[in-house]
Order: sequence, then structure tokens, then C-alpha cells
Amino acid sequence: MLEVRELSTSYGAVRALQEVTFTAPRGEVTAVLGANGAGKTTLLRTITGLVRAQSGSASYDGRELTRTAPELMPGLGIAHVPEGRGVITELTVEENLRLGGLGRGGRVRPEELERIYELFPALADRRAALAHVLSGGERQMLVLGRALMAEPTVLLLDEPSLGLAPRIVAQLFELLQSLVVEQGLTVLLVEQNARSALSIAHRGVVLSLGRVVVDERADVLAGDDQLRHAYLGF
Amino acid sequence: MQQLVNTLLGGLTLGMVYAAFALALVLIWRSTRIVNFAQAPMAMVTTFVALRIIEGGHSYWLGFAAALVAGLVLGAVVERVLIRPVEGKAEINAVILTLGLFIVLHALAAVVFGNRYRSFPAAFGIRGIEVGDTTIALTGFGIFTIVAVLVVMGLLVLLFRFTDLGLRMRAAAFNQEVARLLGVRVGRMLTLGWALASLVGSLAGLLIAGGSLVHPGYMDAVVVYGFVAAVLGGLDSPAGAVVGGLLLGLSLSLVSGYVGSQLVALAALAILMAVLLLRPQGLFSQARERRV
Amino acid sequence: MRRLLGQPLVLALLGAVVIIVVLTGVDDFRAVQLTQMAYLGIAAGGLTVLTGLNGQISLGHGALMAIGAYTTALLLQDDEPTLPLLAVLVVATVVTLVVGAAIGVAAARLHGPYLAGATLALAVAVPGIALYFGDTLGGEQGLRVRVPDPPGWLLDAAYFVTGQDLTPSTYVAFLGWFVLVVTYVGLAHLSRGRVGRRWRAVRDDEVAAEVAGIALGRARVSAFVVSAAAAGAAGFVMAVSVRLAAPSGYSLTLSLMLLTAVVLGGLGTLSGALVGAALLTFLPQVITDAGVSAGLDDIRAAELAPLVYGLVLVAVVLLAPAGLVGSLRLAWHRLRATTTSKGAT
Repeated sequence: MLEVRELSTSYGAVRALQEVTFTAPRGEVTAVLGANGAGKTTLLRTITGLVRAQSGSASYDGRELTRTAPELMPGLGIAHVPEGRGVITELTVEENLRLGGLGRGGRVRPEELERIYELFPALADRRAALAHVLSGGERQMLVLGRALMAEPTVLLLDEPSLGLAPRIVAQLFELLQSLVVEQGLTVLLVEQNARSALSIAHRGVVLSLGRVVVDERADVLAGDDQLRHAYLGF
Repeated sequence: MQQLVNTLLGGLTLGMVYAAFALALVLIWRSTRIVNFAQAPMAMVTTFVALRIIEGGHSYWLGFAAALVAGLVLGAVVERVLIRPVEGKAEINAVILTLGLFIVLHALAAVVFGNRYRSFPAAFGIRGIEVGDTTIALTGFGIFTIVAVLVVMGLLVLLFRFTDLGLRMRAAAFNQEVARLLGVRVGRMLTLGWALASLVGSLAGLLIAGGSLVHPGYMDAVVVYGFVAAVLGGLDSPAGAVVGGLLLGLSLSLVSGYVGSQLVALAALAILMAVLLLRPQGLFSQARERRV
Repeated sequence: MRRLLGQPLVLALLGAVVIIVVLTGVDDFRAVQLTQMAYLGIAAGGLTVLTGLNGQISLGHGALMAIGAYTTALLLQDDEPTLPLLAVLVVATVVTLVVGAAIGVAAARLHGPYLAGATLALAVAVPGIALYFGDTLGGEQGLRVRVPDPPGWLLDAAYFVTGQDLTPSTYVAFLGWFVLVVTYVGLAHLSRGRVGRRWRAVRDDEVAAEVAGIALGRARVSAFVVSAAAAGAAGFVMAVSVRLAAPSGYSLTLSLMLLTAVVLGGLGTLSGALVGAALLTFLPQVITDAGVSAGLDDIRAAELAPLVYGLVLVAVVLLAPAGLVGSLRLAWHRLRATTTSKGAT
């Protein structure tokens, strides 16, 4: 269980997160929604320690995360998939995947790579290519596959649907859902695409100007016209 | 004809050394976006360490090894203590910092080791090899130079291409934040990168010094040639640095042999300007566009 | 009163009075030292405008000084000078300016480490030219510079004002400081005016400057040209002072010294450049003496000064990026801001 308690941080004088509190239960997808600049990306970056938390905490199964170095996240089973695709374009597809496996510690076995290639056949064909040449959708598969190489228990996904065609978004979310069901992953899904995110999420947390304004079951949130219009714009 | 062959052979040997030095600059540039102008005096200091050991009656090879280890340590210390605070700051800070280090090491060497010219031994013969009844300008030490640089380059390729450590180092160089999130200790990788680069620089220093004279300024021009070679090949490209080093070694050798050794630095400047104005990304860099 | 004192010309007049008072009171040794401070100050002033105001770094200003110095030497070969000294100054400055323009055109397209590397190459390459054309430029030994005697009216005027005869060294010191004052007044006017605003705009934000209609290339080249002209004038003073133009005087060390001066003083301020030049002129003797009394031999003790400069340079970048003068000024402003409710200036 990922627990965020009264987490606050700021960029200079701007308060980016204000006492954000919510819980992401194990084996569920928790969607974090909200407009641009609501603090969604900052929330993930603060949880994994890329941004310093001013007060409050984020813990996973009792282990405090915000004061732990980002480098240690993979070892704790936490995979942060940053926005902007986050592939290292100067490395090959396979090198990106291997790098994900190294984060867990120890060596990378060939069968682990094969497992990811089975999940994402498109990557298997381009394993020796520089990640530079991949399309947006392929890059998204690569960062997801790379995160899975570390065999995480928690996935923090930042805008995985950004810039992807609706058909690919649907595929991606379907895959995500099956991973959650099969492996019992805990997923924190930051999205602007609220409709798609809520379709696979169990809970929805809506941020506005750095505060939690709604924390509700996903089906309730999607079904409440007033909430939808006020915060999600669909 | 014989003069041309000899000039080209001399250029080849020199080019290998420039290639090594350029490679050291590229390794650092790739990971920290800093041109280490202090690379030359860093190498110079380690050469003096070797000289001390050899003059103390120990074997050439002990001095050689000690210089390489000293280079490794010096590179790590410099990155950790001086470079870390300016990483990611305005680029002029790093430039001034490395130049400050340049001045410090220069003066320090002069204070500790003295300012006069001293001869540095060579492990192998420094007389030309005789083919039939003509002597060609390839010396035993020249062959050692070429082999040593090739071996080091081979080892670097093995490290970066085929080991997990090398993969981590490349990841840290290309994208620090993503690398951190994937569990790479970026700070350690950068320190290691500087240490390795400094080792390669020390090797270049030892190879230039061999059978020749050393004093605190003996590597100063080499930092210019190494930089020109690195830019020629593309500052991001290790392979480019090697090719750039060879091309520059051959070109400068021709200038030295046929125009005048005094104009070698001017020729290097001309080549540098031509590359920067005509093909700023270098001859071999993959980057399609680069601000220089 | 503050306003009046802030005017470059007023400052220059005050400075001129101070210079006359100081220079008439010193012996030849001090006069030579003060001349060194003058030429380092002139070149550092040009460099600080380039680096501090326009953001371009140059490790080649020593080479530009060499061009001014060799031009001066070539014009002052004969016992009977063909040109008056001031005309030589103008020619040396113009020649360096033209060379600087050519370099500046190339440099304008480079930034940061690339520009540093290219100008470093310049600093290493230029002394080789003097060696290659040894017949004309004197090779390793260099060219002697024959400084013409001061004109009679100047000797008379000097005696009238100071009551002393003008020695050759003091004469050159006056000349050097005259050039410094003129250069600084010019640089101050330029950097305060429209041109200076453009330089700063290009340094701070290229995109914004371009959007505002500033031609980036032209602004960069003009800064380099102005800076090179100052270096040329400094080369003239140096050649006249040491009476020699030789490659060893214009090595990489000189370029690095100039950079040290502007960084120590604080990038972008003329007062900082002058303070830096003073430190580089007067501190070495103190440090060397300290080294000798600590038991080092003369040659090693002489290397302590650059060691200290280098260490200070590193320390300034790490601890006080505004430079010594800049940091003091910041501290002063902070102090004023806390003690008076009005705030500084």
C-alpha cells in the first residue's frame, strides 16, 4: 500500500503541493487527475525524491520514500516512469531494457528480456536499433517494458498516453490492466486523459493547484456529472 | 618519397597520442558537458610522478603504472571536489574552473619538481628501424605508442559496449535523471568517467614524454591539439575523436615537415576554425545539429 | 554629488590628478611596476567588457596584445622615429582591431567551451608566427623597441608642474596611464550606452535579444572588436615599457593572467579589472618574498604567485562567482539595504 500523508513542496515561492493525502491500495490502479500545472508530475517526483519534500511523507509498506535517494527506488520495488517518454535515445532498445533490469541489482538473464519481448512484440524486432528511431508508441512500450524489467511492485506512471493515438492508448491501458490483475501491481497513474484513465482505475484522485479536491471511487467519479464537468472537462 | 613516408609515420605515431588525448576530452564532455582544459597539466603532473619513481632507481614500468594510477586518482578527486559543485551551472564557470586548475597544477609542478627541462626515458629504442639500408622514422617506442593506445581503446570499447558497468556509465552520461530513476548511482559513474579519462590523458602524457624532455608546460600545446582533434571528430563521438586524432596527427606532421614546425599550432587553429565554421558537429558525430 | 561622481569623464579627471600626484612621487622601479599595472589593466578592461558584458570568453587576449606589441616594435625600429609615439599607438590599436574583427567574426558563432578552445589555440599559435618569420619579427630574441625621447615641450611642462625632471620610465608610466584613462572612459561610455545594453541583452538571453531586433552576430563582433582594440593598446604600452617584443612575453601565461585579473576583480566591471591588474602586478613580489623566507629557492618561490592566483581563481568560481570586487559590492549593498529603509542607489 502506497500512503501519501500531508505531502507539501514548493518551487521557490510557488506552492506546488499542499498537504496532499491519499492512499493507493495494493493491486489497484489509482488515477491522479487534474489540469496542467495541478501538481501531478510534481507529486510523482516528490514521492521518488527527485524533488525535495518540505513536509509530510510518502511511504510504501511502512518504508519512507521521500527522504530516500531516487537511485534506491528500483531496489525497493518502485518504478517511476517519467513523462516525456524517458527513453535514453543514445542507447539501443535492448540496452534500455537491460538497464531497467540492472536497477534491481544482479545480472540480467536472457529469459527476462524475452518475457518483455513477448509482452511487446514490436520491441523484439528492433532490439538492436537505437531508441532514437522508435515512434511515440514504441517509446512508451519501451519505458514500460524497461520499468517491468526491474520486477517492481509499484508503478508510478507519468502521462503514458501523452501524444499517442487513441487506439494505442487503449492497447496500452488494456495491457496495464492485465498486469495489475496478473501480478498484483500497485499503480499510480498520472493522466490528463481522465476518461481513459478512469476506465481502468479503481480510484480517482483529482488535484487542483496542488491540493486534493476529490478522492473518490473511479466509477462514482466517472458517473458524477457535476464532478466531471468541474474538474475533468468531459 | 622517403621523407614523405617518414613524415606520415611520424604523424601516425603522434596522431595516436592525440587520439588518446582527444578521447579523454570526449569521455568527459559526453558525461558532464565540460571541456577539461586542465587535462594537460593533470597528465603532466602524473608524468612527473613517474619520473620521480624512475629517477629513484625503480623500473620504467613501475613509474608507468604509478602514473596511470595517479591519473585515475587525480581525475576522481578533481571531479568529486572541484567539478561536482559547478555541474549544471553556467558553462563559463566550468571553463574558468578548469583553467584555474590548469594554473594551479602548472605552478605546483614547478614548485615541487622544478621548472627546468628534464629528459624522460623511453621503454624501447628511440632510433628508427632499419629496413634494408634505409632507416625509417618508426621507432621501437613509436610502435609501443601505437600498440598502447590501441590496447587502451580496445579495453574502453569492451568496458562501454559489453559490461553492465559500461552501460550504467553511458546511461549516466546521456540522461542523468532517467539513469537515477533506474537505480544508477550517477555521481559515482561521473567520478569514474573522469577517473578513466584522466588515466587515458596520463597515458598520452607518458607517450609524449618518452625519450623526450619534460617540464611543467610540455603538454600545453597538446591540450589544444587534443581539443582540435576532438572537435574534428565531433565532441560527442569517441570513435570520431580517434579518427580526428589520427587526421590531425598526419596533417600537423605534414605541416611540420614541409612548412615549418613553428606553424604547427597555427595550422591546428586553422583546422579548428575550418571545422567549426563549416561542419560544427564534427566529421563523425551522430548529432545532426549542434550549437557550438 | 553622487551623480556627478558617477560620470566617467569626472572620474577620469579625478583619476588623472591622482595619477599625476602618484607618478611624480615614485622612483623608476615603481614607475615600471605601475606601467605594468597599466597595460594589464587596459587589456583586462577590454576583456572584462567582452566576458562580463557580452558573455564571450577569450583565452587569446595575450595573443592580441602580441599583435599590438609587434606592430609597435616594427614601427619603432629606427633611432629616428618615423612616426610620433601617439601615431604608433593609433596604428597598433587599429591593426589589432582589424585582426580582432576577423577573429570576432569567427568567434561570434561559437560559445562557451568552443570559444574557449578556439581562443586557447590562438594563444598557443601566435608566438609561433614570430618564430617562423624570424627575419622580420626577430625570432626567439624578438624585436628591440626604440622609444623616442619625450618631446621638449612635455619635459618643460612636466618640470613646471612637478618640479622634477621626467625620467624615461616615468614618461612611459605617464603614457601608459594616459592610455588607460582614455581606454576606460571609452569603454565606460560604450558599456553604459545603447551598445552596452545590446551586449548585455545578448549575454542574458539570446532569443529575447533577437526578438527585440538585436543582430546577435553584430553585437558579438562589435564587443570582440572593442575588446581587441583595448588589447592592442595594451600591447603598445607593454612593448614601449619593456622595450622588447618577444614571443616569450606573450605566451599562454599572459592570456591566463588577464583572465585571472577579470575574474578576481569580478566579471564586467572596469574597477574590478583595475583591481585585478593591481593584484597581478604587486602581489607576486610579496608572495615570492614570503616563499623565499620560508626556505624555497628563488625559482621555485617565483612559482608561488601563480599558484596562489590559480587557487584564488578556483575558489572564486566555487565560493564567490561575482568575483572579489563584485562580492564586496554585493555585501555592501546588502548592508545598506538592511541599514537604510530606502535601499541602495
